[in-house]
Amino acid sequence: MYTQSFNVPDGPDTAAASRDIKPVLSAHEQQVLVKAQMRFDEVIDADGKIEPKDWMPQAYRKTLVRQISQHAHSEIVGMLPEGNWISRAPSLKRKAILIAKVQDEAGHGLYLYSAAETLGTSRDQMLDALHTGRAKYSSIFNYPTLTWADVGVIGWLVDGAAIMNQIPLCRCSYGPYARAMVRICKEESFHQRQGFESLMVMMQGKAEQQAMVQDAVNRWWWKCLAMFGPPDADSTNSKQGMRWGIKRVSNDDLRQKFVDATVPQAAVLGVNLPDPNLKWNEARGHHDYGQIDWDEFWATVNGNGPCNKERLATRVKAHEDGQWVRDAAMAYARKQQQRQQQEAA
Amino acid sequence: MSTSASIANEWPLWEVFVRSKQGLEHKHCGSLHAADAQQALHMARDVYTRRQEGVSIWVIPSAAITASDPGDKDTLFEPAKDKVYRHPTFFVIPDEVGHM
Repeated sequence: MYTQSFNVPDGPDTAAASRDIKPVLSAHEQQVLVKAQMRFDEVIDADGKIEPKDWMPQAYRKTLVRQISQHAHSEIVGMLPEGNWISRAPSLKRKAILIAKVQDEAGHGLYLYSAAETLGTSRDQMLDALHTGRAKYSSIFNYPTLTWADVGVIGWLVDGAAIMNQIPLCRCSYGPYARAMVRICKEESFHQRQGFESLMVMMQGKAEQQAMVQDAVNRWWWKCLAMFGPPDADSTNSKQGMRWGIKRVSNDDLRQKFVDATVPQAAVLGVNLPDPNLKWNEARGHHDYGQIDWDEFWATVNGNGPCNKERLATRVKAHEDGQWVRDAAMAYARKQQQRQQQEAA
Repeated sequence: MSTSASIANEWPLWEVFVRSKQGLEHKHCGSLHAADAQQALHMARDVYTRRQEGVSIWVIPSAAITASDPGDKDTLFEPAKDKVYRHPTFFVIPDEVGHM
């Protein structure tokens, strides 16, 4: 999913790290740098954690800022497709559940923005990158939610795929990211289960409801497989990510795990996964599956999916509409502070 | 924790500590942006305790925290390393004494 680099200027903590791009180093600086790199490698090799104030290579910092901020953006933009259904949920119970889920997504975005900020980028810089279209977020949110069944399918399949992706991130070498992921994974389980359960209820309903679920599965299945990112052979950044302990399991392995886990769930639900080539391969001990349409995936990543413009415009508008609230809160805080100082004087 | 110039209009950063239940200590659980302390408390409630994770919250301006430098780890903590006699297991006591 992390497909395009965007450069975020480094914060003050990176002064030491930026030494490695200076062309000329004194002998002493060289020595300090070599020692710092050695210490970093030792921690990584021992499967330890890197913390915000530890020295880290510039490229490690940059990769993390990009990945964590893109992850945060995905959580925030991810509220939109489901948010559309809050006012149209079929019952008060489903509405309350959906509100809680969408609120969780906001929370996840906030944990992740905070984790990224420990690397020396600011919240404003990240939001600016998102709002100006420089930053990427998960492509899956650029597709529309056409019926109520889409909300269930997003919980079951999209969040299911996200969980597969996120569980290995709990062991990420960067401490603040790993801790945020632990918290997120605990909450994701609710997201997937509520989706699956809501689909089970629909599958016990009328033929129209069952058809609605099948239609939603047909539209989302391939997009979910693409969520794991390009095949291992084509993902150039994976190797370095593995070396750094940022990425633990390859795209194809995660995808396979997701397919194998989902097939029996679909059987319980009574829906077909829309892939004629999907079948159990005894020799491999896994399910085989068909070709993913990567051209369509890349077109969406590069801004030409059905909802890219709408999602971004909605985000930007929400941010701009909230400007007066942020300003007013700041003005109020300053006034209170002044009043306190006057009283103290 | 960042102090770059571009964040002049950003709400300040706060560190959030949550006491999970009465009798336990407040534990650091993350950070958030808020205009003032009251707002930080309210936001911390929504961001970090949506599932009854706590009975009490502390918020502290991140800028007010002074942290030790990981580079100073040796100078700070090394001196304790050779003082094994600070641990009870350093002392061999005959078995017949029983629990001590």
